[in-house]
Amino acid sequence: MIRYIGQRLLQGAFVLWAAYTVSFLILYLLPGDAVSIMASGDEQNAVDPALVEKLRAEYGLDRPLYEQYFIALFKALQLDFGLSIKNGVPATQTVAEVLPETIKLAVAGFALAVLLGSALAVVAAFSRNRWIRQAFSSLPPLGIAVPTFWIGLLLLQFFSFRLRLFPAIGNDGGQSLVLPALTLAIPTSAVIAQLLTRSLHQTLGEPYIEQIRAKGASEALINFGHALRNAAIPTLTMLGILVGNLLAGAVVSETVFSRAGIGRLTVTAVNSRDIPVVQTLVVLAAAIFVVTSLIVDLIYPLVDPRINTSRGAKA
Amino acid sequence: MTQQLVRETRSVDPAAGHSAAAPEASVPVPPAADQASVTWAGARWAGARRFLAKPGLVLSVLVLALVILWALVPQAFTQWPPDTGVPSSRLKPPSAEHWFGTDSLGRDLFSRVVHGSATSLAATAVAVAVGLVAGSALGLLAGSIRGWVDDAIMRVMDVLLAIPSLLLSLALITVLGFGTINIAIAVGIASVANFARIMRAETLRVSTAVYVEAARSSGVRWHSILLRHVLPNAAGPVLALSALEFGMAVLSISSLSFLGFGAPPPSAEWGSLVAGGRDYLVAAWWLVTLPGVVIAAVVLSTNRISHAFQDSERNRP
Repeated sequence: MIRYIGQRLLQGAFVLWAAYTVSFLILYLLPGDAVSIMASGDEQNAVDPALVEKLRAEYGLDRPLYEQYFIALFKALQLDFGLSIKNGVPATQTVAEVLPETIKLAVAGFALAVLLGSALAVVAAFSRNRWIRQAFSSLPPLGIAVPTFWIGLLLLQFFSFRLRLFPAIGNDGGQSLVLPALTLAIPTSAVIAQLLTRSLHQTLGEPYIEQIRAKGASEALINFGHALRNAAIPTLTMLGILVGNLLAGAVVSETVFSRAGIGRLTVTAVNSRDIPVVQTLVVLAAAIFVVTSLIVDLIYPLVDPRINTSRGAKA
Repeated sequence: MTQQLVRETRSVDPAAGHSAAAPEASVPVPPAADQASVTWAGARWAGARRFLAKPGLVLSVLVLALVILWALVPQAFTQWPPDTGVPSSRLKPPSAEHWFGTDSLGRDLFSRVVHGSATSLAATAVAVAVGLVAGSALGLLAGSIRGWVDDAIMRVMDVLLAIPSLLLSLALITVLGFGTINIAIAVGIASVANFARIMRAETLRVSTAVYVEAARSSGVRWHSILLRHVLPNAAGPVLALSALEFGMAVLSISSLSFLGFGAPPPSAEWGSLVAGGRDYLVAAWWLVTLPGVVIAAVVLSTNRISHAFQDSERNRP
């Protein structure tokens, strides 16, 4: 078990290193050069050559590439991703300041998504009425196809402006969290519902379900005690990507509802071409993916005792 | 943002899968063996009948065809100009005259959606093309050379998959700059990993086929094998993915243009049209709602078509 965890930690560290390297290559080495972009702010303005030279020396960009990379990597290991070019504060600090708001939003959104998604899937798979089944199983493809920003604006229009139930913008209190969390939850719940419905259908066709039924178990026990539990496993596999998508959804949701958070920070950072902040956010996203995958691997054996961790779960 | 998810969703259960997502897919499909004896024209006819037996699919194709026509000949669908407004008819609700209503400058919204579809669809096509070409090339390379090249390429692809695609596109936009074409390229690059994975899997599958071995043992050069055998036989699943990625690219591009990274005003693009209606949520519901309906309809249709592609792949003898 310990050896397995160690192995997974090593793999996680590799993904993080690779994510850092890929983002370094994209942001610092691709077309043009980072410093002139940062110095100009946008392409139209003339670039001040003296400022460029100063920044170049400051960021160590006058050195050979491999040297720059190793210096940057060494600093990144100490969680130093450089200074935000917007206000000169360390990029990691800029991100850390607004991170709690996004965590709140993401946790609320994910909880809602799991509830909504499982409810949809359970009705779609267990209902005896053909029409209800079809109606509920046609909802997830719809949820995947509608743009997140559009859902947010419709919710805003209806619940904030028409019914005046929730505040339209801002970060204060639980009231302001409801609509952004719902916006975040709808696309994610559609994915969860689709995965879970499919795996429930498959599980209900398994021979052991037939055997439990033959032994006289009630339908409720079969559905909720056996089928749902077994069907949840394939959905669990996707948790890493689902959580990553919450982060992408937060970009849209926080912009629509003008909430402070790392989503809106991403948009402002891209707008002002704040490369250190953008890189911090990319590496953070990869870190979240790595940690979620690790957690999934660790809870796997609890859900499904057949999975032998000493040989490694297939995640 | 959900292309990996949707792809994984599709592959969870290939056998029972389609019954849940699309009710009309459960229409019984004649087994392939029956068709072997039918003439070519007969098979064509059977294919057409099977197609017409799925109303959802027919509707999807019609929606997509309509939107493509909008992009090609916008003036055939609306006589209103997209960029010049009539100040006296500001913020008019939808009516027989203005199907989608008018915006704050008195411009006809339906005309703006119709004229904007050229930009949106062109950007989507560029994005899919970038992903398809770069991803397929990398996948083909990884799958045919194997060894450390394979390892290196696929590890990089794994890392790209670990970063949410919208965030990856945003990082690329930081470097590439704003504008419709840059958005399209960024979205395309963010989807490279999906194409590379499918292409590599298909290359590995086809490479072990007997006819490839026969070709190799009779001395056919490796590049001829790739072009003549591997590529055509791997095309099916890759095209199905392209259809799916097309819908996802419409979503990503409209999201990015909603966030303000697309073409500057007054040019109309679906996402920026929705963004333009944000300030009039109370006064003019149609400004946000109706362009959004168009985006959702297009994505729903391409997802349905991609689904049909996958089904036909599966039912192939």
